Amino acid sequence: MLLFSRQGKLRLQKWYEPYPEKQRRKITRDLINTVLARKPKMCSFLEWRDHKIVYKRYASLYFCAAIEPDDNELITLEIIHRYVELLDKYFGSVCELDIIFNFEKAYYMLDELLIAGEIQETSKKNVLKAIAAQDMLQEDETPQGFFEDSGLG
Amino acid sequence: MQKIKNLQNQLQQSIMTSPKKLRDLIREIRAAKTQAEERAVVNKETADIRNNFRDEDSTYRCRNVAKLLYIYMLGYDAHYGQLECMKLIASPRFTDKRIGYLGAMLLLDERTDVHILVTNCLKSDLNHNTQYIAALALCTLGNIASPEMGRDLAGEIERVIKSSNAYLKKKAILCAVKIVRKVPELMEMFIPCTRSLLNEKNHGVLLSAVALITEMCRLSPDTLNHFRKSVPLLVRILKNLIMAGYSPEHDVSGISDPFLQTRILKLLRLLGCHDDEASEVMNDILAQVATNTESSKNVGNAILYETCSTIMDINSESGLRVLAVNILGRFLLNNDKNIRYVALSTLLKVINVDHNAVQRHRSTIVDCLRDVDSTIKKRAMELSFALINENNVRGMMKELLEFIVVCDDDFKADAASNIVAAAEKYAPNKRWHVDTVLKVLTCAGQHLRDDVIYNMCQLVASTSELHQYSVQRLFLALKEDPTQQALSQVACWCVGEYGDILVHGTSEEADPIQISEDEVLDVLEKTLVSSLSSVISKEYALNALVKLSTRFNQTVDRVKAIVHPYASSTDIELQQRAAEFSHLFGTFSELRNGLLERMPLIESKSTLVNGEGEATLSEMEQQADLLGGGGTSPVKSSPLDGLSPPISTQQVVPV
Repeated sequence: MLLFSRQGKLRLQKWYEPYPEKQRRKITRDLINTVLARKPKMCSFLEWRDHKIVYKRYASLYFCAAIEPDDNELITLEIIHRYVELLDKYFGSVCELDIIFNFEKAYYMLDELLIAGEIQETSKKNVLKAIAAQDMLQEDETPQGFFEDSGLG
Repeated sequence: MQKIKNLQNQLQQSIMTSPKKLRDLIREIRAAKTQAEERAVVNKETADIRNNFRDEDSTYRCRNVAKLLYIYMLGYDAHYGQLECMKLIASPRFTDKRIGYLGAMLLLDERTDVHILVTNCLKSDLNHNTQYIAALALCTLGNIASPEMGRDLAGEIERVIKSSNAYLKKKAILCAVKIVRKVPELMEMFIPCTRSLLNEKNHGVLLSAVALITEMCRLSPDTLNHFRKSVPLLVRILKNLIMAGYSPEHDVSGISDPFLQTRILKLLRLLGCHDDEASEVMNDILAQVATNTESSKNVGNAILYETCSTIMDINSESGLRVLAVNILGRFLLNNDKNIRYVALSTLLKVINVDHNAVQRHRSTIVDCLRDVDSTIKKRAMELSFALINENNVRGMMKELLEFIVVCDDDFKADAASNIVAAAEKYAPNKRWHVDTVLKVLTCAGQHLRDDVIYNMCQLVASTSELHQYSVQRLFLALKEDPTQQALSQVACWCVGEYGDILVHGTSEEADPIQISEDEVLDVLEKTLVSSLSSVISKEYALNALVKLSTRFNQTVDRVKAIVHPYASSTDIELQQRAAEFSHLFGTFSELRNGLLERMPLIESKSTLVNGEGEATLSEMEQQADLLGGGGTSPVKSSPLDGLSPPISTQQVVPV
């Protein structure tokens, strides 16, 4: 799963299969170039090495997922859409900047939706509930003193 | 007073020592205008972060690691943060653990040694009282488990699967999916606890359970057999999903839990494959899903698409198959290009299962050749070729020839080879065959592979009744457009072989036009001289000229004059050929007639049809050399080789 901007800047990357760092960079670069080169009129799928790539553009961000050849492309689009909806609910009409400045939260959200590349929860409510509860835990730990300054800041 | 002082101290300290905040760093990096500026900010920050790591500062460790992760995403090295992630994971604070595990998932891969350290942390966190901490551990394991981790932690996972906490349960099941993928032997451990999972009501658990069963079935035929008896249960779950009224929690635009539906359908596909009994049980429900799913939105189509794939893969009734193919046919008319695309790729997959059903949608498929999206065009092209048979070859070929004229250059080679192959297989008569291949040569001559050239030469040679017709058409085409390399090569070869028939022959098939020897030589000379011709085309032209010296009566001297200057060509191959040929006009002229006789007919190898494999192609190339045409190796392609060694050795002059 990759998220990147229209300018080709990587915003989030998630690897469910182990690849060495060098290869990760190369794949990322190649994929970004391939997807950005496609025209808006083209369909959202492409065959890429031994995987299929499903991507969708939301405003300035491209969401891009690699799936197995016998996986369902259309439902993958739905999963991507579900992720965007969740981010949207969480941030309140999400934009690219939200994801840049709160990238760790975008990751947390993804981890509540997918594990091992498989979708784990189909209820939006449950995902958001789990995230909210964890944010709460985090907040409770953060000392609230005026001069204190821990946490991520 | 003392208190205020303390506060002041604290304040000062925090201003002095607290590292930059994460969001401030991001802001700063974004403010950098050039790559160099960005690098400077990052370098300064990484130096600070490293110092902090060295000081073993634990208050700000999580912030530092978070910053490091951001920097990592920008493409900078961050692997020195791995150990810090371990330390965060070991911290009792949730904030630390959350970032620590995130870092571990990003920075670690199977290969790193730190991996073993994680295993121990995971083991203790899996048993943590706070479910969210256990969840973090599960998530991490599910995403980056290595085979060793899988072996070490499978027992723990099994325990969590058996627990009653649905939130952890679903995650643990997906961990099991990952573990089974990495270490299939561990499957045994999970089979017993999986069976009962299908009775769960929680969608997350159910969904994960179906994924686990699918994975296990895919990996082991025994397990597949074992789970065949769950088919009725799966059918019931699917049925309940469809019949269930509106449930806002799992509903996506009017369809209840499409994610679960598609996953069950996929599992049914595995279970029903090659099994009559299982297929029989699911027939009804598949028909129900196929007819009742609303197809105005992408979700509905996602389910229909999955259903069609399942129907075509299992041993389903023929009526059901027709239904599925018709759904796919309807997809072809959909406005959404994604849906058209999946329809084409699925039809391509099922064409061997039910050729006739797919054939019925031929005209829609052919229409997709005109789609604006090249991905769709490519699929439509592949499918169109798969659809060609004796009955429709004329019509299909007409469409495909139109397609090859307008399609993108990167399709042309494929399309051309396929057209040639299909023409060879299904040609209604020879003349049509020659015309078709000639059309390909004229409209895609720049993009053809060698196999097409070989094929055409072979075709012309083997149809003696059409020699004059073919060579005439080729000659006129070459005269018209000398820039299409493949055309030049085929035309040159044929003109060389059958020049006499071109000029003197009479045949009913050919147009009664008069072509003079000089005219022929003009065209060949043009090919030889033109800067637009490739070296290989020039080689073909050169050979043709020499051959014509034995077939024409009045123009031998002109041939000699054209060939001679090439003995000092800068291209070694041309130079050698021309030099050798010149000798054929001089010292060894008595050999000329014998050497340049018409080539014996070459047996056709019609293996091209499927375009299969490299082996066939290279075989083709090897054979193409025998035609005396333009191989790259002078040894093989010169028609003189082996016949006159003294000339060859004598003539290898340094350029």
